[in-house]
Amino acid sequence: MKWISPKKLRQLGILGMNSRNIDYIGRSNNRSLFPLVDDKLKTKKLAEKFGMSVPRLFAVINNQHDVQLLETQLSGRDKFVIKPAQGSGGKGILVISEREGDRYIKSSGASLELRDLKHHATNILSGLFSLGGRPDVVMIEDMIVFDPIFSHYSYEGVPDIRVIVYKGYPVMAMLRCSTHESDGKANLHQGAVGVGIDMGTGKSLFAVQNNIKIQKHPNTGFRFDDLIIPGWDHILHLASRCYEMVGLGYFGADIVLDKNKGPMILELNARPGLAIQVANQAGLAKRLKLVDQHILPTPRDVDERVALSKQLFAKEQAAINV
Amino acid sequence: MSSTLKITLIALFMIMTGLGLALYKNIALGFPLLPGVSEDVWTIESKISLKPVRGGAVEVVLALPEPDAGWVSLDDHFASSGFHFSVKEQNGHRRAHWTRESMERATTLFYKTQVYRMKEVDLRDRVVPKLEPPYLTRVNADVMQKVVESLKKKSSTPGEFARLLFESVNQQQPDQDMSFLLSSYGGVHMDVVMDVLAYAEVSAQLIKGIFLEDGRRRQRIDSLVEIIDGDRWLIFDPKTGQEGLPDNFFIWQRGPDSLLDVIGGRNSTFEFALVKNTLPLKSILFMEGQIEEQPLLDFSIYSLPVEQQGIFKGLLLIPVGALVIVLLRILVGLKTSGTFMPILIALAFIQTSLLMGLVIFLTVVGFGLWIRYYLSYLNLLLVARITAVVIVVILLMASLSVVSYKLGFHQALTVTFFPTIILAWTIERMSILWEEEGPHEVLIQGGGSLLAAVLAYLMMSMAFVEHLTFNFPELMISLLGVVLLLGKYTGYRLFELYRFRDFGRIE
Repeated sequence: MKWISPKKLRQLGILGMNSRNIDYIGRSNNRSLFPLVDDKLKTKKLAEKFGMSVPRLFAVINNQHDVQLLETQLSGRDKFVIKPAQGSGGKGILVISEREGDRYIKSSGASLELRDLKHHATNILSGLFSLGGRPDVVMIEDMIVFDPIFSHYSYEGVPDIRVIVYKGYPVMAMLRCSTHESDGKANLHQGAVGVGIDMGTGKSLFAVQNNIKIQKHPNTGFRFDDLIIPGWDHILHLASRCYEMVGLGYFGADIVLDKNKGPMILELNARPGLAIQVANQAGLAKRLKLVDQHILPTPRDVDERVALSKQLFAKEQAAINV
Repeated sequence: MSSTLKITLIALFMIMTGLGLALYKNIALGFPLLPGVSEDVWTIESKISLKPVRGGAVEVVLALPEPDAGWVSLDDHFASSGFHFSVKEQNGHRRAHWTRESMERATTLFYKTQVYRMKEVDLRDRVVPKLEPPYLTRVNADVMQKVVESLKKKSSTPGEFARLLFESVNQQQPDQDMSFLLSSYGGVHMDVVMDVLAYAEVSAQLIKGIFLEDGRRRQRIDSLVEIIDGDRWLIFDPKTGQEGLPDNFFIWQRGPDSLLDVIGGRNSTFEFALVKNTLPLKSILFMEGQIEEQPLLDFSIYSLPVEQQGIFKGLLLIPVGALVIVLLRILVGLKTSGTFMPILIALAFIQTSLLMGLVIFLTVVGFGLWIRYYLSYLNLLLVARITAVVIVVILLMASLSVVSYKLGFHQALTVTFFPTIILAWTIERMSILWEEEGPHEVLIQGGGSLLAAVLAYLMMSMAFVEHLTFNFPELMISLLGVVLLLGKYTGYRLFELYRFRDFGRIE
């Protein structure tokens, strides 16, 4: 249990919490823009306006009275997700993957009645899942059928790709795979696996769980070595375009790969965590500074930014020994 | 100029200003930097409040203190809001007279003095007061006769007589005769005691004074009883029967003379606010002499009424606690639940003492979590849920007090110093944390908060820190500067050196 010296951390370009808050979030994220990403409904409407790919929203319930409309809203749909607009950490997300007559079947196999769904909607409205118990609204959207390529790497949950975007440049990415320990959630501090991704190719670099390097998924047993994320360019473009959409200088884009519809924006995060550095075994501060050095007086378009990012952050020579 | 540079300059200027002012006070005005090298000087602010009766002149006469037993009075200040004021001396007794032709509304008169105990000596000898038989009704006289006889049977000296008398008056259930006397005197122990002593021909008189307690705001005048036993004076506290002069009792007046006479006023009250300063005598005297000429002192906390000084003594400690939290969160990276909740807990610890505070805190929060666990089944709305927790917390505090009091642990009564709403919020946050992140995170954040509270308490309870914050409040400007600098700190937190420890192994 050896600690690392601050000098060494600085050499490696690791970003610390204080520096993230002051130098990046504080400096490049305007507070008035935060609600755009904290409220998933706002993010989604904005994304649709910008023609970005998002899971299709087909109903919103704003108040208790409208909960009775649920049945009509759900008629003819058998794969859908009910979630709170301001939920945090994956709380309150109910995934229905099948319908048997009057019964709704959850992805885990449990069967629910319409009454249960209404009760869940009521809980969301009363703020049970939002931070600080603020009253919330219910979003109902299409279920994501995740790309089969990930089925080996995720347990009881949807894997997503977190891309950190700084001033429009994607700087670092990781795949977050849920595990039994993380209870189907993709948050690293809850025990999910983080897989660092090479910005140049979309190939996996390292995998960590609870800060420890691992080779295989703890539940499915598949090795992370040969994982390559399909459509990597497309994903980077999607993440990079969010910059024009929300105007935040520093954020994390969470992207899912749908089997049929390809990469989609799931949500954005104005205060992305630092664990991504561990999954990539690379420092964020170093890359952020590199972006600052390459900024031009005339802004680049998305294609140029992605190209530069790929060139700047492609697998570094030091990190080949997987 | 970049914002970082600007803030650094402002912060440095603040730090220098604060330190400079403190040093000036230390070097030029003789304020000591360390506590303990000085006397306890008590500032006693007496407040006489009275309401007008319709028409007529008003006269208030206050017997000024005649300190005894080594106590010394340093100086007097009077505030007389529109009254004609004079101090008259009569038979060696000083009395302050406030007079006025008429008075329309309720008025408060102030008298402030500073006292300290130069040396611990016995009371000065006094003329033995003349014995005067009490005026008694027939029935009372008969009962008193019986009481005196039974006490006299068991005692041989006036001293022993008095001891037995106080014992029997202060019993939980006095015997029949004594109960009768007490009830016919309206339960006033002092009057019974004085009359029984007089009836038994024991020379006795009252000592009026104040029990000194730091920060007290509404202290009332108290009385001790002294009796002559052969050629010695013996002092008793009639409330407890305790013999001897208590260390913290400041003697105002000995003998039967009245302390305060109010003519032409009604509902008058006489209260004291007390504050203890540990300063060298020299500085106190100096300060009092120059307070008007020295703007630095005139605008200092000393120029406030004593009542407010007492409040500031506690208030000025909060920035120190806050600094501890800032350091722990920014430099160390400790997770706490609620940013400044630990300071409030630490303030409660100051009142309860650390160990007792920890026990109470853990008990209340533990029980609260347990009950909140049941509440979460009911799916209540947030405000209702918190309110329910608040009520439960108060019930818990009440039952904790009652149970521990019955068991004889009087310290647990200090539970009331814990801020109820803060406790309720802590329970609410912890329980949400438990549901969302599991017990592990509760342990981390709860433990972090408690650790922060304990560290803040240790800082705030240091005599040195209390001395500095109260006597050198300008140091708060320096503290502000330090906090501004910390707010711009972008380096690593201590815990990050652990979190990213594995990076040391790559390459």
